[in-house]
Amino acid sequence: MLEIKDLHASVNGNEILNGINLKVHAGEVHAIMGPNGSGKSTLAQVLAGRETYEATQGEVLYDGKDLLSMSPEDRAREGIFLAFQYPVEIPGVSNIYFLKAALNAVRRHKGLEEVDAVDFLQLVKQRTKLVEIDESLLNRPVNEGFSGGEKKRNEIFHMAVLEPKLAILDETDSGLDIDALRIVADGVNKLRNKDNAVIVVTHYQRLLNYIVPDFVHVLVDGRIVKSGGKELAFELEEKGYEWVKEADRAAIQA
Amino acid sequence: MNTETNTIEQLANSEYKWGFVTDIEADAAPKGLSEGIVRFISAKKNEPEWLLEWRLKAYRHWLTMTEPRWPNVKYSVIDYQDIIYYSAPKPKKELKSLDEVDPELLRTYEKLGISLQEQERLSGVAVDAVFDSVSVATTFREKLMELGIIFCSFSEAVHNHPDLVRKYLGSVVPANDNFFAALNSAVFSDGSFCYIPKGVRCPMELSTYFRINAADTGQFERTLIVAEENSYVSYLEGCTAPMRDKNQLHAAVVELIAVGDNSQIKYSTVQNWYPGDKEGRGGIYNFVTKRGKCAGKDSKISWTQVETGSAITWKYPSVLLQGDNSVGEFYSVAVVNNYQQADTGSKMIHIGKNTRSTIVSKGISAGRGQNSYRGLVEVKKGASRSRNFSQCDSLLLGDKCGAHTFPYIEVKNTSSKVEHEASTSKIGEDQIFYCKQRGLSTEDAVNLIVNGFCKEVFRELPMEFAVEAQKLLGVSLEGSVG
Repeated sequence: MLEIKDLHASVNGNEILNGINLKVHAGEVHAIMGPNGSGKSTLAQVLAGRETYEATQGEVLYDGKDLLSMSPEDRAREGIFLAFQYPVEIPGVSNIYFLKAALNAVRRHKGLEEVDAVDFLQLVKQRTKLVEIDESLLNRPVNEGFSGGEKKRNEIFHMAVLEPKLAILDETDSGLDIDALRIVADGVNKLRNKDNAVIVVTHYQRLLNYIVPDFVHVLVDGRIVKSGGKELAFELEEKGYEWVKEADRAAIQA
Repeated sequence: MNTETNTIEQLANSEYKWGFVTDIEADAAPKGLSEGIVRFISAKKNEPEWLLEWRLKAYRHWLTMTEPRWPNVKYSVIDYQDIIYYSAPKPKKELKSLDEVDPELLRTYEKLGISLQEQERLSGVAVDAVFDSVSVATTFREKLMELGIIFCSFSEAVHNHPDLVRKYLGSVVPANDNFFAALNSAVFSDGSFCYIPKGVRCPMELSTYFRINAADTGQFERTLIVAEENSYVSYLEGCTAPMRDKNQLHAAVVELIAVGDNSQIKYSTVQNWYPGDKEGRGGIYNFVTKRGKCAGKDSKISWTQVETGSAITWKYPSVLLQGDNSVGEFYSVAVVNNYQQADTGSKMIHIGKNTRSTIVSKGISAGRGQNSYRGLVEVKKGASRSRNFSQCDSLLLGDKCGAHTFPYIEVKNTSSKVEHEASTSKIGEDQIFYCKQRGLSTEDAVNLIVNGFCKEVFRELPMEFAVEAQKLLGVSLEGSVG
């Protein structure tokens, strides 16, 4: 589904990604872990198409297409979803209106008819249960006045309605208490199927207790320095990131 | 004035003597302004002597006035002698129904999307269509007549309801009020008149469409709305104008009078005059005086405006809160893009006791547009326990536009309360990216964010108008981001 080959990216001339290689197949969950400043969020933003980040080298294939040449909105319409680390407020625009506009943009792109109000409401009702989001948040302006936890949960609610093929969760666990974390993770798990994939970007291992990854990758200084199964996450939790950094340095010197 | 003026004046006067017989389809006055032209307009409209005198007084006063320079707008000097002050489609006879209207004219309306037949049949909106200064057809009049509501062109009102017109004309905006109001008073061509009798709630939205058609014709419309005790009326004014190369002056006057106790007037405008091209060439100069007077106790006047057009807008819909417990409201969205300039806001003058006013102004600036909010809240000595709340928000798109705020507050009463809130924000790159990441195009994202910003104003508009206004905003801001 997604193939990242030797991806380099920079922001304001500073190189942040130094050659990422990663393959994600349908049905898989990949966790990207790493210390602060290792480039985890940059990778998420570059995949979503944020203009402030410049891909300077390498390529990314998404369903065989050149992802980097696609506009952010086309990527979204083709099924790439980014759950933001810091969801943005849009005053005066109700959450549900926003979501309907988004869903219809995706549907138009796929050549489907726009959803009517009745069908949409039904879908929304069903999806609110999935992520246990308070219905009062639906009619409030997008993210405005939401608590940190509500914002994160709202992102997963958007995901539940838009049903992306490739979801990238950027530090969705930060700012969530343990109960909210479980609810968000449950929601993501229920949305998993053999046709979609999830990339979980996280600093800590705890989210991975709930969203169990098939692969764990450790990002250091803009490169994946170690990949493994879910047990790698536990090892990291135990030994800290210094452990992989040292191993990496040794490998480079050797 | 100068010799050139005199020559034109002589020419106009002499022409007038000949009676201005003309064969052209749109019979128009020659360029320029003089007593002769004022007399010509008045004569053209078969006006009574008192109205001619009123016009002439206004004209003579106008000669002593100078164009205001305090607005935060820039434009080259207007040559008032280079303007045609009267132009009208040739009226052939009195019209009783739409069937009698020139089919050519009706086709123009259809092109503009306001087929009168359709409006009459489908929408339940009575339209008093002003086409190049003369009202051609008025719909639903009979239905309104049954309720005693008068809704007609200003000229008709002068002939059929002279006492009402004479009583209220200039009672809120005196002929010498300001430079442009004086000019309008001298040369106004036509407009709308509306009278709601005691105890009547007007069952439909009354609406007028103004259009500028003939090139180089200044538009000097005059609207007068009077609401008696316990009455209610909602009035819609919508404008579009075709492309023009040359700047056109538009100086309208609107007077609202909530005469009786507990009377209510709601006045909504969607203004979309030609704003000029992307380089700032052409476009309408929209210098309008709009004012309402809440004379009755518990009366209410509410202005809602969505201003997207005009090269320059100069406009301060105001309310004089005279009656005790009266309420004034102003809700405004003003958009400037490319080289548009707007200096707009409101004045709320608290005179009666326990009067309340609300000002909500949303300014949106894009391109190289300059948007100024200018407002006055004045609480007179006797206006005890009065309250005002003002909120002025500005939204900037891009970094070459500007937003300015000039709030004036004068309070002479200690038991009153005045609040003012202001904010300036930029559409954030992160907001747009967030929308795009959900599949929306840049343009849709901007529309969404801007419409969200304007929500408090849009919800004051009648439904159909709100939809139209949202679309208009989208069109006005097309291509302003990304």
